[in-house]
Amino acid sequence: MQPLLRIVGLHKSFGGLRAVEAMAASVRQGDVLGLVGPNGSGKTTVLDLITGALKPDQGMILFGDRRLDRLPPHAITRLGIARTFQLVRIMPSLTIAENVAIGAMFGADPCSPAEALARALPLLSRVGLAGRADHPAARLTYIDQKRVELARALAARPRLLLLDEWLAGLNPSELVQGIALVRALAEDGITIVMVEHVMDAIRALCTRVLVMNAGRAVAEGTPEQALSDPAVIAAYLGEDGDA
Amino acid sequence: MRRRDPAVPIAVLVAALALAPLPLLLGPFWQSLLVNVLMYAALATAWALFSGPTRYVSLATAAFFGIGAYTTAFLGEALPLPLVYPAAALAGAVVAAVVGLSTLRLSGVYFVIFTFGLAELIRQLVTYAEARLGGTVGRFVFVDVTPRGIYWLLLAVCVLVFLVGWWIGRSRLGWALRAIGDDEIAARHCGVDTTRTKVAVFAISATLISLVGAIMAPRWTYIDPAIAFNPILSFQVLIMALLGGAGRLFGPLLGVVPLAVLFELLQANFPNAFSVLLGLVFLGVVYLLPRGVVGLIEQGRGALRLARRTHPRPAA
Repeated sequence: MQPLLRIVGLHKSFGGLRAVEAMAASVRQGDVLGLVGPNGSGKTTVLDLITGALKPDQGMILFGDRRLDRLPPHAITRLGIARTFQLVRIMPSLTIAENVAIGAMFGADPCSPAEALARALPLLSRVGLAGRADHPAARLTYIDQKRVELARALAARPRLLLLDEWLAGLNPSELVQGIALVRALAEDGITIVMVEHVMDAIRALCTRVLVMNAGRAVAEGTPEQALSDPAVIAAYLGEDGDA
Repeated sequence: MRRRDPAVPIAVLVAALALAPLPLLLGPFWQSLLVNVLMYAALATAWALFSGPTRYVSLATAAFFGIGAYTTAFLGEALPLPLVYPAAALAGAVVAAVVGLSTLRLSGVYFVIFTFGLAELIRQLVTYAEARLGGTVGRFVFVDVTPRGIYWLLLAVCVLVFLVGWWIGRSRLGWALRAIGDDEIAARHCGVDTTRTKVAVFAISATLISLVGAIMAPRWTYIDPAIAFNPILSFQVLIMALLGGAGRLFGPLLGVVPLAVLFELLQANFPNAFSVLLGLVFLGVVYLLPRGVVGLIEQGRGALRLARRTHPRPAA
């Protein structure tokens, strides 16, 4: 079967820094792909390249048979790819429901403002914000803002959802809920790529893991395989004689 | 409440009907003051259609106003009046679309400076073209409109501006604008075509501003680029919108009424110090009322609600 997302020979440099180098990956329909690696290894850059926030220097990104790497972010969202941000980006002057409605109004299945506000409500209860639709989004805690962001991404009705450390910073009971929520999304048929440092979450959720180090993919496989790969241990802990 | 209210068009039409007979009742001084108030009301509200939600501060008001005024001066004799105004609106829209496509990628202070530079550039171009091609700078405006006619036309444009603003606020376009003003990157990743949205609303705003310029031109009977493209106008409109509050459709109006009167008084009594006084007013507004009168009202309402919540009235 043709993969849902295919990345071929992807390069991206910032000045002299090679953030992503010769990256190749494919994501199948139904995958929950964990993108792991030390800080600065290029994970967020890969998400930015997929969503059009950055343009690659070289390489190709295919979503089904559509090339993404020349499209602007809004066109990519409309094709069915939604994301959350590592540093939360909500719209502070809008209410919670209005934030989510923006996703519905302009996403992969666009609709009128009235319908978008109606679509927002069930999503709010799904992420645990039921009954707070009319609260100003700016006054929420950081964790609740993350929930708004996820609901907004879901409102865009994505086939592929990109989560950038969405589970980071949750307390243990929130983490249990968060993992259950992501699993439920996967069971709904949304393919997920998640950048994550919480290893428990990766083991619990991911069907496959891709490990990055210094802009390159260094290992791939099931969570057990990938995380026990010697190259991965070296990436996280440093090689012998490195220090 | 602020964007779903169907009472807005009714209120606008009722207000317009109430204001329509005034020129028949008032003397020339009041009539001229009212023309100024209507002109600034249309300009400041049209300015805020774009700059309010997006927070892109445009200083190109004078450019579009001047384009409208010059269109009337050029075509006033050649075309019947009902065709002059659409031509002026079209000229403003075309220039705004071209300018928008090339500059709305700029953000923050770069956009402000560019729009200011644009107004100056167009003024210089018109001066050059007039001197080069016509041999004189400036021209008479031969259009057959009475002062009362100007008043009624401006009133009609005010109605148009408020109805367009009301419509944008409720439409997907308005939601896209608010999303852009809050977080342009997030908006883009939600599927909002930010460039198209900004260009469309910038052009709508410019079209309305050009229309006001076209209507105002006959009032001077003689215009030159220094009058039609006067950069002070851009600042006046900006201060009015800020004083009232650019984030709400009726916000700018609250700044227009006091400031139009104040500017009139200052210009009559201290013509030489006018720019200095204008600057002081500007500073005062920005320091004392950064969110405008509307912000003050909303703050007051919020405090009242809070007070009620913390000290609930005892049950009877």
